[in-house]
Amino acid sequence: MTAMVKAEGVHKSFGAVQVLKGIDLEVAPREVFCLIGPSGSGKSTFLRCINHLEKINSGRLYVDGDLVGYRQKGDKLYELRDREVAEKRRDIGMVFQRFNLFPHMTALENVIEAPVQVKKETKAVARERALKLLDRVGLADKAGNYPSQLSGGQQQRVAIARALAMEPKLMLFDEPTSALDPELVGDVLDVMRGLAEDGMTMIVVTHEMGFAREVGDSVVFMDDGVVVESGHPREVLTNPQHERTKSFLSKVL
Amino acid sequence: MTTKIDKADPVDTPPPAPENIKAIPVRHYGRWITAVVAITLIVTLVMAFARGDVNWGAIPDYFFDKEVLRGVRNTVWITILSMALGVVLGIILAVMRLSKNPVTSSIAWGYIWFFRGTPVYVQLLVWFNLGLVFNYINLGPIYKDEWSDFMTPFLAALLGLGLNEAAYMAEICRAGLQAVDEGQTEAAQALGMSHAKTLRRVVLPQAMRVIVPPTGNEFINMLKTTSLVIAVQYWDLLQATTNVGQNTGATAEMLFLAAAWYLILTSVLSVGQYYLERYYARGSSRSLPMTPLQRIRVNLLSGSNRQGGVSA
Repeated sequence: MTAMVKAEGVHKSFGAVQVLKGIDLEVAPREVFCLIGPSGSGKSTFLRCINHLEKINSGRLYVDGDLVGYRQKGDKLYELRDREVAEKRRDIGMVFQRFNLFPHMTALENVIEAPVQVKKETKAVARERALKLLDRVGLADKAGNYPSQLSGGQQQRVAIARALAMEPKLMLFDEPTSALDPELVGDVLDVMRGLAEDGMTMIVVTHEMGFAREVGDSVVFMDDGVVVESGHPREVLTNPQHERTKSFLSKVL
Repeated sequence: MTTKIDKADPVDTPPPAPENIKAIPVRHYGRWITAVVAITLIVTLVMAFARGDVNWGAIPDYFFDKEVLRGVRNTVWITILSMALGVVLGIILAVMRLSKNPVTSSIAWGYIWFFRGTPVYVQLLVWFNLGLVFNYINLGPIYKDEWSDFMTPFLAALLGLGLNEAAYMAEICRAGLQAVDEGQTEAAQALGMSHAKTLRRVVLPQAMRVIVPPTGNEFINMLKTTSLVIAVQYWDLLQATTNVGQNTGATAEMLFLAAAWYLILTSVLSVGQYYLERYYARGSSRSLPMTPLQRIRVNLLSGSNRQGGVSA
């Protein structure tokens, strides 16, 4: 079985600053894969490399067996055209820390935008599925509201529905609950838990250790651009082997 | 139970309101004095004009004069066309300026540098007098003519005003595009949208909120700047009124008339700008502010309610 995401020696630097210093990991299909670690450890950057929002400097990154951002012919790499990159991104849903809903569109318009504009679905078809998705995230009655009329938790659930509307095979979550009031975190995590139960492959950058322990199939602890420790959540979170992991967990748990 | 009934029909049994504070308000003598001084000055000014040797009757006589109306029509027409040219070219220049291609962004920069750096009056005259250096215009098989036949007053006015405006519109559009949060572009791209689609569907509609108010100002400014096209002999409002003034001897009166027409036109534009801004503000605040008409209606209704409450 091909891995859904496979990283081999992924390096990324912004100018002189090295953010990722050789990441190797594999995410299996249907797996819920949690990335934890302190701020600035490179978790979000790695996530953004997976759908080519950031270009990697060396190493190889594969999604569902295909190289990200390049085509290999013989031993030569060819950069993909913008159109080809966009095509690959359709299959990868992304949820951002700051939601990034389109403020000039209602919740429903946000969800149908990509299916209609990118996949060329008819409005009726897209609308029907969008309403189902909004119902699934518990916001069927908010379809006509603009993002500014929704709470943070509601906005993030619309953002999840928007990503799901493209029927992705992989979902990336970039600290989806970090910008939320504590009491709103639960609703978003419930939606994510439901997705995991349905067998969606998910990579989640998170500070919610409870979620990682209950829902995660594996956890990777990153620090300073490298993977320090990885394994089953129960092992990594309750019985960490490395000093760095221990001190991090003692602060957040 | 009783509270529920109260809510349903507040007029019958008004809830016991807390007693309002009754205090002697502060007297603002300074405000009274400034008001009196200001009114005195205005009255003096009006009296001066009333006593002056102004033939006021000439203004209504020529307000709807055929030539004046033609001038009004031409002024409106050249304003709209120059603005259209300026906006379209401005958007193109802004996108060029923000593009990663150093050649296109430098060209856009150079265009803005030149057209913003020289007076519009000079530009108008240059377009009109280009015939001194070009005898013919020759676009190969498409078009060929003598320059003086090609560069009519209308075309000189349109190019002079429109190309100048494009430089300003480019900067306004650039500011608008840059004001849109980068997360919006990322979200659109993560959904698989192309650059062009991201720009058209996500970035531009949000940039419009920043672009529209200064563009409205530019429109109003343009309407007034068109009075300069008298330099290229285009028959605009000012040209028409000046002409009438010279023929009738009522020179100053006809200038008042022109000012009145300009005021009417800019007022109409201001109202249009208000509603356009309101349209692009949708989604940016929880509820749109009321239009003046809605506000009047609500005030009238609440006023009658208050009266009802008092009489009950």
